[in-house]
Amino acid sequence: MSEHLLEVNHLKKYFKTGKGTVQAVDDISFTLDAGKTLGLVGESGCGKSTTGRTILRLLEPTDGQVIFEGKDIAKLKPAEMRRMRQEMQMIFQDPFSSLNPRKTVEELIGEPLKWFKVHKTKAEQKEHVAKLMDIVGLAPRLANVYPHELDGGRRQRIGIARALALDPKLIVCDEPVSALDVSIQAQVLNLLKELQKEYNIAYIFITHDLSVVNHISDDIAVMYLGQIVEKAPSKELFTNPTHPYTKALLSAIPIPDPDLQVEQIPLKGEISSPINMKRDCHFAARCPYATEVCLASTPELVDRGNEHFVACHLF
Amino acid sequence: MNKQYDDEVLRVEDLTVYYETDEGIAKAVNNLDLVVRKGKTVGLVGETGSGKTTTALSILRLIPDPPGVIKSGKVILDGMDIYSLTEGEMDMVRGFHASMIFQDPMTALNPVMTVGDQIAETLRIHEGLNKADSIAKAQEMLKVVGIPPERAKEYPHQFSGGMKQRVVIAIALACQPKLMIADEPTTALDVTIQAQVLREMKELREKFDMSMIMITHDLGIIAQMCDEVAVIYAGRIIEFGELREIFKDTKHPYTQGLFDSLPKINDDRDMLQPIPGLMPDPMELPEGCAFAPRCKYATEKCNQVIPPKHYFTDTHYAACWRYEDPEFKL
Repeated sequence: MSEHLLEVNHLKKYFKTGKGTVQAVDDISFTLDAGKTLGLVGESGCGKSTTGRTILRLLEPTDGQVIFEGKDIAKLKPAEMRRMRQEMQMIFQDPFSSLNPRKTVEELIGEPLKWFKVHKTKAEQKEHVAKLMDIVGLAPRLANVYPHELDGGRRQRIGIARALALDPKLIVCDEPVSALDVSIQAQVLNLLKELQKEYNIAYIFITHDLSVVNHISDDIAVMYLGQIVEKAPSKELFTNPTHPYTKALLSAIPIPDPDLQVEQIPLKGEISSPINMKRDCHFAARCPYATEVCLASTPELVDRGNEHFVACHLF
Repeated sequence: MNKQYDDEVLRVEDLTVYYETDEGIAKAVNNLDLVVRKGKTVGLVGETGSGKTTTALSILRLIPDPPGVIKSGKVILDGMDIYSLTEGEMDMVRGFHASMIFQDPMTALNPVMTVGDQIAETLRIHEGLNKADSIAKAQEMLKVVGIPPERAKEYPHQFSGGMKQRVVIAIALACQPKLMIADEPTTALDVTIQAQVLREMKELREKFDMSMIMITHDLGIIAQMCDEVAVIYAGRIIEFGELREIFKDTKHPYTQGLFDSLPKINDDRDMLQPIPGLMPDPMELPEGCAFAPRCKYATEKCNQVIPPKHYFTDTHYAACWRYEDPEFKL
């Protein structure tokens, strides 16, 4: 039995297209313990959402293992997988399109309870929904309103209540606050933190916003073109970023303080195509320090001490 | 009314804009004053629905009417009284005196026209250039924003998001306007691409000696790009000042609330301090200060009467009743 809640080993997810194979997730490994948060950061198209979905087996992995509570979920039969789904939930980015507009708040939150036949009577389920609404901070009077009557923050609370309904051990949060204004974003981030403490839930927190991920994560993995290029405890990553991409990413964040304007590390060009990639360092084309060795092979993710892993030929 | 300056490029006085719909009247912008001086960049910061974009569109008379109605106010752009011009005159103002960059470069460009032609079109209309000259200048503009001129023959779908936004910037700059209004110009872009585009915008505004209104919800971008900051809430500027005054000597409780809500990179706080509640519905604005229902300092008076501007320096004001008390501090 594995001691970790989740162990991802050499996970790959490729998509075949007319132009070639998209290597969306290309050999990713990490572990996550109960009650902890792993932040997955990167820019559009780096494979962070595909990673999240493949871990929940919403997409079938091309290769590799996803071991959840000691079981390789890629090998589970449909009935076993269905049972396992109670333990692993997801919160989506857009609370405007992820909720059925024709169901009330109460029906939406009750849906997972209904599907898994958690309660024998309607009254019991109603009570459970009321409790969930209370936990996520939705007033009881909202039970019979429809999602379009609510603002983004409250809609995201519905998404959180749905994810919580079956007492999961793991929630994959895919950009859960990106669509929200800062003052509302802070309310939702605080709620997620409180719930984690209270129920010992592990999060995989997918985002492009580095200040948000720093705030909520224990460990952070930085992704670039389907691979993890650097992984470390949050504080270590922010005080001692090592991979040239992480450095550039951190220096590109506009800091809300006129006295703390840092010298930016300019990156050449844009993210290259993830189709039929060569066995090189995928970042080499944009890297200011790239040498010939970077074009020759893909660097391994190597432990540099302090649980700080870096995939770069220069270190 | 704001102080008069000799080098004003834009003066907005007492602007009030409503959207009159069947469901009611949304009071989007309420008695707003704003001055932009030559070569300066003013940041307009606020949350969704605060009236940032409506303000920008009103300056260029682009408010969809109906339902939008400019109820009162005066806009003086480059010495011209915008609301007294004819539609024909307005066409010359847009692009030539002031131009606008929108958030979404994917929808701002015409998909069936080459990017070169789209830049050249602006030049033909506003500067009366002939076809050959306008295309030559369009290629030059592409070079200015860092795109190889030979790509002028390509269509928008052949460009990435960052490149498309550069094309939009090239169109906006083509006639060298005095004022550029940028409405969330980098919100749709990734952070490393955002950094590239912002860096270019900074260089270009110096090169063309342009004034700018930078509309954003991102206080980081404000800190990096702006000389002055206007914080907007429920259609009113509730605090205005020079960059450092706003960031280092924050006066309005709402501005303070925005800063406290932000997760920061170099920050070990366990919990953030969100502002409780929500922004009021513009159809049902409170009688007094619109922020009062969410403000922990609010008094009876705050709920009843709209606060006037309270000046702390020549350049820094906050619309807050509590500063009537000289002892009051956030």
